[in-house]
Amino acid sequence: MNGFWEAWRLIITLDADLYEIIFLSLQVTVTAVIIASVIGLPMGAWLAVNRFKFRRYVIAVLNAFMGLPPVVVGLFVYMALSRAGPLGGFGLLFSPAAMIIAQVIIITPLIASISHQTIRDLWAEYHDLLISMNATRGQRIKALLWDGKRALLTATLAGFGRAIGEVGAIMIVGGNIEHATRVLTTAIALETGKGNFAFAMGLGLVLIVLAVLVNVLIHIIGKTERASTW
Amino acid sequence: MKPVFALIVALLASATHAETLRMAVTTSFYNSGLSEVLLPEIKADIGLDVELIVVGTGQAIRLGEAGDVDAILVHARAAEERFIAAGFGSYRREIMYNDFIFVGPLSDPAGVANAQTAVEALQAIATTEAPFVSRGDDSGTNKKELALWALAGSPPEGAWYRAAGAGMGATLNVASGMNAYTFTDRASWLNFGNKGDLKLLFAGDPSLFNQYAFIPVSPARWPHVRNDLALALEGWLTSEKAKGLIDGYTINGAHLFSFNAVTP
Amino acid sequence: MVSILPLTLTDATAHMRGKKLVGPVSLTLAAEGFTMIIGPNGAGKTTLLRLMHGLQRCTKGTVAWAVPNTLARTRQGFVFQSPIMMRRTVVDSLAYPLRLRGMGKAAALKKATSCAANFGLEGLLESWAPMLSGGEKQKLSLARALIIEPDILFLDEPCANLDSRATREIEAILQEVQARGTRLVMSTHDMGQAKRLAQDVVFMLHGGVHEHSQADAFFMAPETREAKQFINGDIVE
Repeated sequence: MNGFWEAWRLIITLDADLYEIIFLSLQVTVTAVIIASVIGLPMGAWLAVNRFKFRRYVIAVLNAFMGLPPVVVGLFVYMALSRAGPLGGFGLLFSPAAMIIAQVIIITPLIASISHQTIRDLWAEYHDLLISMNATRGQRIKALLWDGKRALLTATLAGFGRAIGEVGAIMIVGGNIEHATRVLTTAIALETGKGNFAFAMGLGLVLIVLAVLVNVLIHIIGKTERASTW
Repeated sequence: MKPVFALIVALLASATHAETLRMAVTTSFYNSGLSEVLLPEIKADIGLDVELIVVGTGQAIRLGEAGDVDAILVHARAAEERFIAAGFGSYRREIMYNDFIFVGPLSDPAGVANAQTAVEALQAIATTEAPFVSRGDDSGTNKKELALWALAGSPPEGAWYRAAGAGMGATLNVASGMNAYTFTDRASWLNFGNKGDLKLLFAGDPSLFNQYAFIPVSPARWPHVRNDLALALEGWLTSEKAKGLIDGYTINGAHLFSFNAVTP
Repeated sequence: MVSILPLTLTDATAHMRGKKLVGPVSLTLAAEGFTMIIGPNGAGKTTLLRLMHGLQRCTKGTVAWAVPNTLARTRQGFVFQSPIMMRRTVVDSLAYPLRLRGMGKAAALKKATSCAANFGLEGLLESWAPMLSGGEKQKLSLARALIIEPDILFLDEPCANLDSRATREIEAILQEVQARGTRLVMSTHDMGQAKRLAQDVVFMLHGGVHEHSQADAFFMAPETREAKQFINGDIVE
């Protein structure tokens, strides 16, 4: 119960450090989710609509990448962004940008894979109609993305959930620097390391509440748009 | 008139244009809480924002080798000297020391509390095969522990010896959960909030001396590093002001660090 | 504008995984008329319609229009047996084919609204298409196929799942559409409907065109024994 009261104390007293951490968590994850969606959603749709030689292999690779351990992604991004690495010149290591890059790599396959499954089902339904209407390839993908938007929102939320709760990769590439790259999950890891379980629990509760709030908010927005439908 | 002018310039510079230095430090230093005392003072005195990357000594040194930080503050002399010999660091400047301690279960089945030296303490644990949790992460603390085992003459092997492969805090959590012995720096122990049935059993042997050294990453090796800021920080860390803050830092009344930087 | 008709099928054949579904069929559809395709289940009625419309490719033979295929593709409509409803409102569903052709949003919605009124859908503009009744769905399918004013409309058993009232409504619409000069090609299982609407009849059996004649002649005096059996409601072997 200590964690619960600690969380309340921090929230009610408007603890500046806590709000800074929450804000950075949201900033990094929301940015990553937007970028990953812009890449992953059309990619999933494209894979669902097109038949080409290596399609099965691409989908298999995508599904395998979905289960990629974040720590491995973190290490990979660290090696790339390190001063000694190929992209070292940009000086991005230990910055929010590096964390965003890692999260994009982690959640893009997830979003692409879920959207592929969704779009594949919708495409089976729409196939004859869209061919009959002589829709171009781009118009088909657009229609499928638009009409599948509720299910795709779920894919995006799954990406958000995985990204906001991720710790291994962003610890490595972000460095958990106070006032710079410390987010909820890395702060929890730090406090756990110090044996401050109550404080860590408090942060954990904040994380859970935040994830639930974002989900509820998105669903409310989705519902008001079309209240009477499903 | 001149000094006043200089002061105004310095104040303006610090207020409007705070510079940022990135330094890799060990978990033991960070967990002591000393950085929370020093960083605001550094910012106030020389207008320098110090961003800390908190990792084990092994990883800190590798971050320095890759040029991903401007300086490192670590405690593993042999590794530090190799780092400098390989041209990654400019030189090492000793700043302060604290000490390592043995903690273990209240019942102390191996009788560590009665040991005369650190080596004897380890031999007692090995003989009774009492559970012992090691960092196992190539950190400075881990290197020190392994060096002591080498002196004890028996390489630690067996089910009773567990390498956690984790930072100091996580290792202490494992030891607390298993009610096992472990080797830790005093600062991490004092700040640790999950002591359970663990107790400080042995300390004070001169061989447990834990020297922290500051090493700027070599600008000859990595031209992009902020060597100017590293020198400014070094100047502050070896100043009388730093001496007062470091020597005066306590946790629950216990004194932790001893300043020992030599002014040339 | 020049009509894309006549449509000429020359030995058109369709296979699926090595098994022949339809063909070889040779057939010419003139610029005007109402062709009814009948025959027992599995005779290939749906496949023939899909071949003509280009939803399915010929594995042998050709399907040729009077104009290049890319142009012909844009001037046809198709109504499926089970209506495919997009997850949109009625008015958005109707505007969609217009939007595909580059019409502006406002103009497309305006035309969709007036089109809906012609099909008795004016009260359902903002309804969610997948939630409509079967009859409403099929009327929406018709309206959606016709809103682009195609030269030819294919219908695959459009009334198969509808009650007689909805069937009559659809039939009335089809007669009006045909009177305005749209070529209609439709398959059906309903002999009464075939007699009411057809100008010529294609009787299919075992994947081939068994008989093709004027509707009056076909129903009065079919040329083949199988056609006679089918009209009488007997089992055709």
